[in-house]
Amino acid sequence: MDYRIEVEDLNVYFDELHILKDVSLKIRKNMVTALIGPSGCGKSTFIRTLNRMNDLIDTFKMDGTVLLDREDIYDPKVDVVELRKRVGMVFQKPNPFPKSVFDNVAYGLKVHGESDKDVLNEKVEESLKAAALWDEVKEKLDKSAMGLSGGQQQRLCIARTIAVEPEVILMDEPCSALDPISTTKIEDLIHRLKKDYTIIIVTHNMQQATRVSKHTAFFLHGEIIESGPTDKIFIEPCDKRTEDYITGRFG
Amino acid sequence: MSRETDEFLIEKGLFLTAISSVIIIALIIVFIFWEGYPAILNVGFFNFIFGMDWSPSNGLYGVFPMIIGSLAITGLSLLMAVPLGVFCAIFMAEIAPGKMRKILRPTLQTLSGIPSVVYGFFGLIILVPFMRVQFGGTGFSMLTASIILTVMILPIIVSVSEDAIKSVPGEYKEASLALGATHWQTIKNVIFPAAIPGVITSIILGMGRAIGETLAIIMVAGNVVQIPTSILDPVRALTSNIAIEMGYATGTHYNALFATGIVLIFMILILLVIANYFHYKKKVTVGGGYL
Repeated sequence: MDYRIEVEDLNVYFDELHILKDVSLKIRKNMVTALIGPSGCGKSTFIRTLNRMNDLIDTFKMDGTVLLDREDIYDPKVDVVELRKRVGMVFQKPNPFPKSVFDNVAYGLKVHGESDKDVLNEKVEESLKAAALWDEVKEKLDKSAMGLSGGQQQRLCIARTIAVEPEVILMDEPCSALDPISTTKIEDLIHRLKKDYTIIIVTHNMQQATRVSKHTAFFLHGEIIESGPTDKIFIEPCDKRTEDYITGRFG
Repeated sequence: MSRETDEFLIEKGLFLTAISSVIIIALIIVFIFWEGYPAILNVGFFNFIFGMDWSPSNGLYGVFPMIIGSLAITGLSLLMAVPLGVFCAIFMAEIAPGKMRKILRPTLQTLSGIPSVVYGFFGLIILVPFMRVQFGGTGFSMLTASIILTVMILPIIVSVSEDAIKSVPGEYKEASLALGATHWQTIKNVIFPAAIPGVITSIILGMGRAIGETLAIIMVAGNVVQIPTSILDPVRALTSNIAIEMGYATGTHYNALFATGIVLIFMILILLVIANYFHYKKKVTVGGGYL
């Protein structure tokens, strides 16, 4: 089996707080993996470990290995900037830059040295089309992204992420701030993107996990209780705690 | 007492305190105009504003060299203080480790608490002789005054800009870094542009302080009424003019000093309008009207 990401015995601490405890998880290529679990169980910390966003927090400490395409991303020789180009991220709250729609999508390309106007135009259009946003914004590429609706902003953030052609897209509850129609659009988009990208999505919505993912991992108190094919987790979970959570008995 | 009368009294009391501060300022302005107007009438508006000679004993009251003096000193000090202050603010908000920030912040706050006469005294004793040795002349010059002013307005620019940079939502920074931008690219392309309205506010405040500063400038600027031809020429600011001559002025001379105050008020008003226009314009273009 081809794995994109292999995490083994990952422990994460913020100061004295032990957030992730001996977490091991293998994530397959070009497939959607959902991470479920109650708030504060470490799902977000886990995905932020995968693109080293936790490095921004002074008190962050970790041990264990995180391999991306069999390379240790916490190796001192690794260029974090290069890593984040390969592992993109979509956040919980839509966070477009206070710039125009075009500049938002072109931003990643520009910081990586692309300055050719034609290439930029082409890539921006391509990315916006891939994010199913082109038809809605093609008339207002030079307008501020802050004027778009929440759902459009989130799709813009996805377009911005795929513009730099990452291998992996991390999504941290991308629909939690959106209405049901926008949520459906994002989910459709995830279905279309999964053939080209490895997607890891954190969600609090059980239905969403079953709708979009092939694999699911259930987090509780910083540990992975159970992981496997989504069908199996939701139909016949092995662990009592998983069953309790997905049937809504706690969390 | 009933609840309604309580509310009534508190509301009216607050109204009274608010209105009284407005009235006091309004009265002061009316008084300045009242005292200054006769001089402008006497000398003539154009002769007063654009007159090149200020010689009260000969009945000449032209403030133009001093308008230029004030603008030049302020402009030159902003030219030095803005880049210095803005980079310092970026450093403190984004780069300095926590411990260093804990030392830098109080240091700057202390700097802003030092009375201007102390800055002036320092300038007179240390800077003026230094300039005399380095550049010749008397050492009293526009440049000397601007350097002292730069130090005086630096704390305002740094602290207000720093707050502006710090209040840029962390989400922008995260989004930029997550796209593989470096820290400096993130500062340059995302954080700083979003903080520009606040940075402009800091420049407005610094400018206000610089143009109104009197004592420190009197002590180091040389106070010669002339249009400077080089930054090493001595100049006189409008503020200095009032402070230097008010002790002995009588008659038209006395009124002319108030008229100088009127000119100063309008100059600050005009500069504020210009600065606020840029502030507003930046706000709109940066945030698309949503920031």
